[in-house]
Amino acid sequence: MNKIRLIIEREYMTRVKRKSFLLTTLLVPLVIVGFYAIIIAVSISGESNTQRIAILDEANLFNGKIESERNDKSTYTFIHNETEESFKPRYKNEGYSLFLYIPEFNNDDLPHIKLHSQAAVNLFVKSALERKINVAIERKRLIAANIDPEIYKNIKADIEIENAIDSGKGEKKSIAGVAYAVSFIAGILIYMILLIYGTMVMRGVMEEKTNRIAEVIVSSAKPFQLMLGKIIGIGAVGLTQFAIWIVVMGLLQLIIPLLFPGVFSQLSDPAITAAAAQRVNSGKLVMILEGLRSLPIGLIVFCFIFYFLGGYLLYAALFAAIGSVVSEDQQEAQQLVFPVMMPLILGFVIMTKAINDPDSGIAVFGSLFPLTSPIVMMGRVTYGVPWWQLGLSMLLLVLSFLFFTWITAKIYRTGILLYGKKVTWREMWRWLVRKG
Amino acid sequence: MQNILEVHQLKKYFSTQKAVDDVSFNIEQGSIFGMLGPNGAGKTTLLRMITGIFFPDNGSIIFEGKKFDAINDIIRIGYMPEERGLYKKMKIGEQALYLARLKGLSKAEAMEKIRFWFQRMEMESWWNKKVQDLSKGMSQKLQFVTTVLHEPKLIILDEPFSGLDPVNANLIKDEIFRLAKNGSTIIFSTHRMEQVEEICDHIILINKGHKILDGSVKNVKQEFKENLFQVGFEKRPSTISSNTVFEVTGEKAERLILKIHEGYKPHDVLQYLLAQGHEIISFNEILPSLNDIFIRLVEGTPLARAFQTINASV
Repeated sequence: MNKIRLIIEREYMTRVKRKSFLLTTLLVPLVIVGFYAIIIAVSISGESNTQRIAILDEANLFNGKIESERNDKSTYTFIHNETEESFKPRYKNEGYSLFLYIPEFNNDDLPHIKLHSQAAVNLFVKSALERKINVAIERKRLIAANIDPEIYKNIKADIEIENAIDSGKGEKKSIAGVAYAVSFIAGILIYMILLIYGTMVMRGVMEEKTNRIAEVIVSSAKPFQLMLGKIIGIGAVGLTQFAIWIVVMGLLQLIIPLLFPGVFSQLSDPAITAAAAQRVNSGKLVMILEGLRSLPIGLIVFCFIFYFLGGYLLYAALFAAIGSVVSEDQQEAQQLVFPVMMPLILGFVIMTKAINDPDSGIAVFGSLFPLTSPIVMMGRVTYGVPWWQLGLSMLLLVLSFLFFTWITAKIYRTGILLYGKKVTWREMWRWLVRKG
Repeated sequence: MQNILEVHQLKKYFSTQKAVDDVSFNIEQGSIFGMLGPNGAGKTTLLRMITGIFFPDNGSIIFEGKKFDAINDIIRIGYMPEERGLYKKMKIGEQALYLARLKGLSKAEAMEKIRFWFQRMEMESWWNKKVQDLSKGMSQKLQFVTTVLHEPKLIILDEPFSGLDPVNANLIKDEIFRLAKNGSTIIFSTHRMEQVEEICDHIILINKGHKILDGSVKNVKQEFKENLFQVGFEKRPSTISSNTVFEVTGEKAERLILKIHEGYKPHDVLQYLLAQGHEIISFNEILPSLNDIFIRLVEGTPLARAFQTINASV
């Protein structure tokens, strides 16, 4: 046991002390928070690029005036006594960036409206214009049909169904959208963790093999101790990285408002936030928050940690075995890695199905089958999973982790001391069934 | 003297090779034991069984009078494999410390020993360097130090001088003698015969998985001697030719090489020559070098081992 501890310590310390570890550990949260800040900044300040738009309104759709929306910094100028053909060559020289042409049309037809520009138009600007035109056409048609637009506004409905989950302890509110997002993020995270740390284990083993240090170590410790020490050490590196990320992200969320008071004073100003919420949809933000609160957070966090550990240990053992049989050849490593990558990718695919239909046969199968369960179960658990399925899935994961560690240790033991020779699947099989 | 290691009928078969087939030998405590053999003879497999890396298919290993128990006995063995291995990106001091602690030393003990050895081998300034910054010879020295650091009873060195310049090779050689004098037993595996002649007390020769020679260096040479003598004369005689006592097999400058016929002794040769009035200034026996013996024994067998299918259940 003392030797395993030493090996774990070395695996952990050499990785944590590396500059690249420090870099990724600090950069990733910065990048994430940076994106987050940019998205907020953009959504608050609206379309940043201001356009000068000339409108030739032959249908008199807007009656010569356009109501400017909040955050709409574009200016609209109506031009008269021109035709499309006559103004088209000139709008740029007259200082307009866009030229909107609305021909005359019947109320029953849809007009053929054209937007002239020098380059492809920004999607925001285009959809804003489309929105304005749609409203104007609707209004015109309502009037033509003798309906008061104000009355119509009151009649219009925009419904959001509330999903109440009747689970023993009374009614709980749930929002499918929130559960969907949380499931998806958790599933992707597990997938990425297994992939990143699994390949890290594989590279570590390959390094030991190509440096020929393996033979020196196994004359001091058992190969199994070396393999287990490496897997646990790298797993601990992963956990450390997560812990640091969580702390750094928390700190950044406190610090950023201090650094950019402009952006966040707007966000935290209740009047503006309320107005923004109103604009999105009455109370949608509140409902998202409520939805988050109704999720079984404790269970999700527990499952995340459990499936992270179980899945990592299972896949790390497989990746370690692959690393032990490849010689220096990178291409060979890719070939051998493929069978291990298959169930990972399969798990990811099933997970994307499972978040849409968490109780389908394939989702249940995927969340029980140990090679895919860490990913798929994370996609299901937010929706509520029967206890027996969760229990069985966890049991199978633990059993298969033990089983795979046992058999991969046999491959590993022989593989790390075999130099310069390509190992076939048949030989690996022979190492497995061999006694001793 | 007591045997530190006894190997009885050791066998290790791989799927396509009888790597080690029924090899037995004993090693005396405190001796320097040479294990010779051409490439692919099975030396490394044999060493891996002695270091507990492989389990033998058959046979037994007795270490210090008890059945070899890899897990516990391993800390009294130091093994330097032919394929040198160190962590390239790890600092040298930390690496030595790690390897020493894996051998069961406490941190304080390990630090003390590392200081001693680093000083001895003039390596103190290396502590914070990485292995990738070292030359091949330097990392060889480091590997040697990490092998003997924990003062093992049995030290196994597989080609310890490859890649070393003569100065450093001598440094290591002196350390090997010193370790042996202090009671460590050394197994020295190589195919460089001149080193074996110089260093080893006892040798075995392995070829194709079998032991084909076993004995002290002196005895082996005696066994393979061809009764050749070199005689140096004051003046090159032209009248000596083959006769009943000896045969002239070669001549260079003022010297003749004679092969004594069976039934006669060196004494008879001298008498014969003196009787003829030649002035002899030197007379010595030509013993075969280990190199000659090695080549003679191994020659004639195909050098590369053919792969064969072996029933795994044997």
